[in-house]
Amino acid sequence: MTKQIRQLDRVVIRFAGDSGDGMQLTGDRFTSETAQLGNDISTLPNFPAEIRAPAGTLPGVSSFQVHFADYDILTPGDAPNVLVAMNPAALKANLAELPRGADIIVNTDEFTKRNLAKVGYTTSPLEDGSLTGYVVHPVALTSMTIGALAAHDVSKKDAERAKNMFALGLLSWMYSRPYESTLRFLERKFAARPELVAANVAAFRAGWNFGETTEDFSVRYEVKPASMVPGTYRNITGNAALSLGLVAAGVRSGLPVFLGAYPITPASDILHELSKHKRFGVVTMQAEDEIAAVGAALGASYGGSLGVTTTSGPGVALKSETISLAVALELPLVIVDVQRAGPSTGMPTKTEQADLNLALYGRHGEAPVAVIAPKSPADCFHAALEAARIALTYRTPVILLSDNYVANGSEPWLLPDVASLPDLRVDFASRPNGEDGTTFLPYLRDPETLARPWAIPGTPGLEHRIGGLEKADKTGDISYDPANHDFMVRTRAARIETIPVPDVEVEDPDGDARVLVLGWGSTYGPIGAACRGLRQRGLSIAQAHLRHLAPMPANLGEVLRAYDRVVIPEMNLGQLAHVIRAKYLVDAIGYNQVRGLPFTAAELETMLEEVLKNV
Amino acid sequence: MSEPIALKLTAKDFKSDQEVRWCPGCGDYAILAAVQGFMPELNIPRENIVFISGIGCSSRFPYYMNTYGMHSIHGRAPAIATGLSVTRPDLSVWVVTGDGDALSIGGNHLIHALRRNVNLKILLFNNRIYGLTKGQYSPTSEIGKITKSTPVGSADAPFNPLSLALGAEATFVARTIDSDRKHLQSVLRAAAEHQGSAFVEIYQNCNIFNDGAFDQLKEPATRDDYLIRLEHGQPITFGKDGQFCVVHPPGGFGLEVRDTAATPAEEIVVHDAGVTDPAYAFALSRLPGADLRNTPIGVFRSVTRPSYDSVVQEQVAAAKASVDETPEQQLAGLLASGDTWTIG
Repeated sequence: MTKQIRQLDRVVIRFAGDSGDGMQLTGDRFTSETAQLGNDISTLPNFPAEIRAPAGTLPGVSSFQVHFADYDILTPGDAPNVLVAMNPAALKANLAELPRGADIIVNTDEFTKRNLAKVGYTTSPLEDGSLTGYVVHPVALTSMTIGALAAHDVSKKDAERAKNMFALGLLSWMYSRPYESTLRFLERKFAARPELVAANVAAFRAGWNFGETTEDFSVRYEVKPASMVPGTYRNITGNAALSLGLVAAGVRSGLPVFLGAYPITPASDILHELSKHKRFGVVTMQAEDEIAAVGAALGASYGGSLGVTTTSGPGVALKSETISLAVALELPLVIVDVQRAGPSTGMPTKTEQADLNLALYGRHGEAPVAVIAPKSPADCFHAALEAARIALTYRTPVILLSDNYVANGSEPWLLPDVASLPDLRVDFASRPNGEDGTTFLPYLRDPETLARPWAIPGTPGLEHRIGGLEKADKTGDISYDPANHDFMVRTRAARIETIPVPDVEVEDPDGDARVLVLGWGSTYGPIGAACRGLRQRGLSIAQAHLRHLAPMPANLGEVLRAYDRVVIPEMNLGQLAHVIRAKYLVDAIGYNQVRGLPFTAAELETMLEEVLKNV
Repeated sequence: MSEPIALKLTAKDFKSDQEVRWCPGCGDYAILAAVQGFMPELNIPRENIVFISGIGCSSRFPYYMNTYGMHSIHGRAPAIATGLSVTRPDLSVWVVTGDGDALSIGGNHLIHALRRNVNLKILLFNNRIYGLTKGQYSPTSEIGKITKSTPVGSADAPFNPLSLALGAEATFVARTIDSDRKHLQSVLRAAAEHQGSAFVEIYQNCNIFNDGAFDQLKEPATRDDYLIRLEHGQPITFGKDGQFCVVHPPGGFGLEVRDTAATPAEEIVVHDAGVTDPAYAFALSRLPGADLRNTPIGVFRSVTRPSYDSVVQEQVAAAKASVDETPEQQLAGLLASGDTWTIG
């Protein structure tokens, strides 16, 4: 039969199922197909901390949302247009966020009395009329998959597990996705078991063919490629981009990268990724604890490597004492905090921006460090290079504040030309720097950067001792002199405060905005989308986004004071707003939410519209 | 390989210009002098030697050595030294620590450095007291110890540092005494020659807060009857007249001290530091009584196992050997790996 083809400019699909249903993989593959087609994309995985929560329960639901469009987009989308629900729990957990009129594709095989009861359904929502207002497509996904694989030499369990590929095939057909990359992926993934390659490919094709033949799906959609900057792209998550940024920092500095890390969600993927890149001279060490991880990284920096440690908030708390030592030793160190919802264990797989205070202030004594935050998944690559640049040039710890949203979300990344990446080469001290030509002064500073010499062990004539005790200016000898301590504390503060960072840019296309929205880190997408929405409706609003949180851009005070109102949305209770109010005496309004989920563009748009009305 | 050039360094070359600030009479002076006197033997250029310490009296040590050095934070020296050693296998890395630093706040790092067999020489100065914080009991203080923080006696049992190190399967474990310079240097020599973690406990006298803690092992009247001087390949006998010996009683798990005269010579244990099973050295570590009788000194265990550093560096070298592109070319390839698409 001939199907109608309808053009759309954007679609949001959410794949939801049990954590064992392979929804992350399904979403990932759909995203890759979509990227191949040239749509702009943004994705949001959402999964429980439990590896296998009890099957079929609400806490066990895992989902993956993908937003794709024929124009450039900034977020994974507020609400899905299509929900793929692999079981009753997935339907129940996601229905509230589904706007009326949305398509729901359900795996009817899982809507058994027992599974319904597990999530508190007394009657089947497929039959009791509660889904009126949605376009429901009941599909017997499991049994059709098993049926399609009857002739295949796989166990019933393996056949059943291929149902996610059936779903992927159906959705790929529905949205006219090119699927060659998925077939190649399956060949790679199951290379050791050819019978599973065949089964999964067959399940995928069965799903595709089902879409083509069944009358239930009468419309097929197309989303044309977005117009994007020419170049080669790949889809990348924040954690992967951050890892590659660290590898690139090693290549561009000519230094070995040493990563000390202890497994912690959501940062462990960086350890996994970097452990694969030994050919670049990258050494990874899974340490006995968070403290050892940062200690080993500092020891490696002392020896002339780029020392890095990756963790999440609870780990930063444990590393705090060593970061202070690094402040006193004035050695390069990159600390990556992939933030998650706290305090304590909190919600380890959910996002939050509540470690800003920890990064800025979470140490004993006056212990300033540089702090930067990436604004999107692909931006993590450049943020990692920037963190390394500051650490190496200014011999200081740098905290890189990523979060679960950018770490696990993905977007297309325009691959940079390696030669265009910053030159991070450093000069180790090689000869005595004292006036007499024989003395080495480990705390004699470069007048421009205020950095002290990086004299690594193995350099003859520069043997010296450093430590946590206060050091005399220039000589580095132990000193309890009051004036010297005051001088050293102020110098360490000035070292950070005077790091040149780029001015903050303001996006105010109308030029007459009276309200400025200021953000940092991963809120860039939702804030940007909200501002676009307002502007499309004729309202003026300005947006500025901070990458550098310590030191802050030199022009920030001037920018803030140019607007009648400054609004700061944050996934915390107002940590940046607090800094801005204290530092610039600006009466900034905070908009705060800590639900473990990113802001939606719609809620920010609504909030900002209210602010605009009252200026 | 050509013969290394003799550097002709002396103890003086290892003295830094910093004034030594331990209390007069502290056992640390003797250890410092012994180490500085021993260092020239290594024939390693000073710039390739690094001393890393934690916090405590002993941890001031690096400031007084004219080598590279870091006085770090409490308990973390083994972790910091691990990062240095694994990335710089060309260096000789020494850790100086104390009973509180290594066994209390830093206990975790110590056992993990030992189990990994990181190429570190760890010198634990054990004075069985907290000195720098002015006299609290330490994790090696005897049970019932009366100190400022335990006015009616400590309630917790002490660690036996060597048993702990052997439990972590340290590949080199030894004990020596601050006042016996010759023995101390012989142990340092053996430790320096060892590939992998070398753990050396040094009994050290704190004359201010725990004076005389090891007097029985030092006084001419008692020391010969109390100390067991371990010699690889020699039967273990001790006492002024060799009147005591160590045997492995049938049916027992450990070792016991007997009268030599009443023991057939073939039953006396011949010390073998190379026994693979740490149980033998562990049994030796259990011999001393609370009164320090039967305290073995010397090398308890010295076995060969690949060091963490060498395994990690071999992995990196093998990975590097598999590519013939420049790092920039490799990086361009890495960035473009996975599914890419091009917009023209």
